[in-house]
Amino acid sequence: MHSLLQAATAAQTATSHPLDGTAARWLWLVPLLPLLGFVINGLLSIVAAYQAGPADPSAAHSEESHAGHGEGHDDAGKHEHHEIPRHRYAGLTSIVGPGVLVLAFILAVLIFVAMRGAGGGGMEHPFVQRYFSWMPVGDLQIDAAFQLDQLSMLMVLVVTGVGMLIHVFSVGYMRDDPGYPRYFAYLNLFVFFMLLLVLGANYPLMFIGWEGVGLCSYLLIGFWFSEKANADAGKKAFIVNRIGDFGFLIAMFLLFANIGTLDFRGVTEGASALAVGGPVVTAICLFLFLGCAGKSAQIPLYIWLPDAMAGPTPVSALIHAATMVTAGVFLIARSSMLFSLAPVAELVVVLIGALTAVFAASIGLKQWDIKKVLAYSTVSQLGYMFVGVGSGAYVAGMFHLATHAFFKALLFLGSGSVIYAMHAAYHHTGNHDDAQDMRNMGGLRQYMPVTFVLMWIATLAIAGIPPLAGFFSKDEILGSLFARAQGSTIAQAHLFGIPGTVWLYIAWVFALSAALMTAVYMTRMMLYTFHGPNRTGEAERSYLKEAPWVMTGPLVVLAALTIGGGWLNLPEFAPLGVVGGLEHWLEPVVGEYTKRVIGGAAPVSPGLELGLVALAVVIAAAGIAIAVARLDPKMLVPKSRSPQEEGFEKVLVNKYYVDEIYDEAIVKPVVGVSRQLLWRGIDVGVIDSLMVRGSAYLAQLTGFIGSQFQSGRLGTYAWVLTLGVLAVLGAFTIR
Amino acid sequence: MLAEALFFSAVLFVIGVFGVLIRRNAIIVFMCVELMLNAVNLTFVAFAQEYGAAGQVFVFFVMTVAAAEAAVGLAIIIGLFRHRPTVDLKNINVLKG
Repeated sequence: MHSLLQAATAAQTATSHPLDGTAARWLWLVPLLPLLGFVINGLLSIVAAYQAGPADPSAAHSEESHAGHGEGHDDAGKHEHHEIPRHRYAGLTSIVGPGVLVLAFILAVLIFVAMRGAGGGGMEHPFVQRYFSWMPVGDLQIDAAFQLDQLSMLMVLVVTGVGMLIHVFSVGYMRDDPGYPRYFAYLNLFVFFMLLLVLGANYPLMFIGWEGVGLCSYLLIGFWFSEKANADAGKKAFIVNRIGDFGFLIAMFLLFANIGTLDFRGVTEGASALAVGGPVVTAICLFLFLGCAGKSAQIPLYIWLPDAMAGPTPVSALIHAATMVTAGVFLIARSSMLFSLAPVAELVVVLIGALTAVFAASIGLKQWDIKKVLAYSTVSQLGYMFVGVGSGAYVAGMFHLATHAFFKALLFLGSGSVIYAMHAAYHHTGNHDDAQDMRNMGGLRQYMPVTFVLMWIATLAIAGIPPLAGFFSKDEILGSLFARAQGSTIAQAHLFGIPGTVWLYIAWVFALSAALMTAVYMTRMMLYTFHGPNRTGEAERSYLKEAPWVMTGPLVVLAALTIGGGWLNLPEFAPLGVVGGLEHWLEPVVGEYTKRVIGGAAPVSPGLELGLVALAVVIAAAGIAIAVARLDPKMLVPKSRSPQEEGFEKVLVNKYYVDEIYDEAIVKPVVGVSRQLLWRGIDVGVIDSLMVRGSAYLAQLTGFIGSQFQSGRLGTYAWVLTLGVLAVLGAFTIR
Repeated sequence: MLAEALFFSAVLFVIGVFGVLIRRNAIIVFMCVELMLNAVNLTFVAFAQEYGAAGQVFVFFVMTVAAAEAAVGLAIIIGLFRHRPTVDLKNINVLKG
């Protein structure tokens, strides 16, 4: 590694960069630390499997009956069995697992400080660290190189920072799991691939990270694989993501065919040669967006994310809310040089994002599983981010990505601590009710006051109540969308013959209604979980208690970030500190492309802007008020005694039957064709019967005919010999 | 003269061939083989009249080989007869692989 670095620095000397010689030279160490953690924890897991003791895969887990547990349920507490001691290497794993993340975060902060200090000339260019030539194939030159610029720095800070907190939380949450080191190995590996994704200096390297996080997502969704529902959820996530990855690959092929390079720097230079709004750049962007729709759970590929809740709750927080699913948003911001050239593609991104936001939010209104509510909320918020980056407001999208990482991680970890408490209580009494169903909760406020307060903060933030983080970021997306509806390049584009202006206003209305529904379903979740009478059961009630400090500690930090996150990028009408900090920070990366998209769009006048802000706040407050007025937790009964829903409510509970529609429209035809045509027809019929057995029959037949000549009778041989001689002689004569 | 000799030897040869093909007795089959060899010898001698003595020299070789063959062949037939009390080729079909 050392010689490689020297080679790298030697290559760098040609073009000096202000970050040369600063902490940024240790950039390669940031992803390598989690990889090291993965190796250590993985070895601990393997070593333990060869020794006597608590075995993993969890024998204890499968012994217990889970009757009455629906699909995709988190069974954390179930692993807490009296006879099962902690994993023998739990202590070492607890140090290594979160430890490498702490180190990586410290290093990331040091690099950030160096970047802040290196102001002045040169910082508008990314800092590229080249390690070795990875794929030198003719014209295709791909290096293993990391690119550090303001955008990837933001992502590195979010990934390592939030990741670190979630690792610490996991120490408490996964405490008694038999697969403890395996869990941390996967989690470390995930962080490694995520950092590869955000730091890669070209599309293929980013793709490696993209696939790697998908792999870790699969491994962690199916972490408790001894139950089929969990393993199936993992497979679903993996397969649905492959559809998106196909789009990413096609986009890379198109990029190479038309620009001839896959480096971010090279593509940035080459993009100017592409025709603005031309079919090539539009196709590239749409295929890239297909990849984003898979990874970031947008219509029509969002269906895997709610099922992904089968994994442990900290995994849901880290991978399926805060970091991995936002990779699509990052990809569009990273490819802003392409997207800003394709107004039609951007329009599609905005519309899909807005549609997803309102669609998922409406499903979230009627979910009973606390994690499912948060899952649909995540899908909906990701839709918001795509509305942001799609409308060319890259800063607003990335801003919402960061704040969402804070408050959604807080919500998920809070729900994790609720589930932990519920499981512990049910476990003490041997109850097999559903510990994630909100109908079985209620009144948890008095048992878990810390979680209660922190989750309310996050709820107000996601609803968009000032001055919490969600208010600023969501408002910026809505404001940018409104401003770009007139005069911007997107507004002038046409889709299906309808001008972009109309589409953008439709998207704005969708986004506003999604905001209303977000406030309603989040308040509903809080009311049913923490307020009203307790429905857990008499015996269980005395065991309900707050989670240990190792779990509430990260929650407190995340709550602080949720409150203060808005200060990252304050709008002009609220000069409470540095105005537009994030916008200024990301200016070198996306500034030019943002301006290109805005085109001739006039900024919204201050009066109108304040009006829009007031509207958003009124909508959020109205949502909360509706939920409080309409929903009475006292009327709820536990899940086992709940009546069936009727009418449209039933449609919502069943998630618009999308899974069933996909099953009928895609899965069953594919399975049918595979079974009848490919298996019975081609495999059994043609290959097995005709080719394999047919050639055997042919050899047998030839042998049988040949064997008839060998009768053993001398007379027959003599006859054949004579006839043969006559035939040969006859042939000579005739010729 | 040559034509008559060749015709005669051809007749002899065909008789030998048919004897080999049709007769069942091993001794007779063996004798028919000898008949075919001698038909060939006759051909050699007839051609030697026209084209020099090489044909006659060849006849001696053929006769030598035929004598050796006769010894070996008769030994086989005697061995066969000792093995099973018949020399009828209909009953001898152990050549099958």
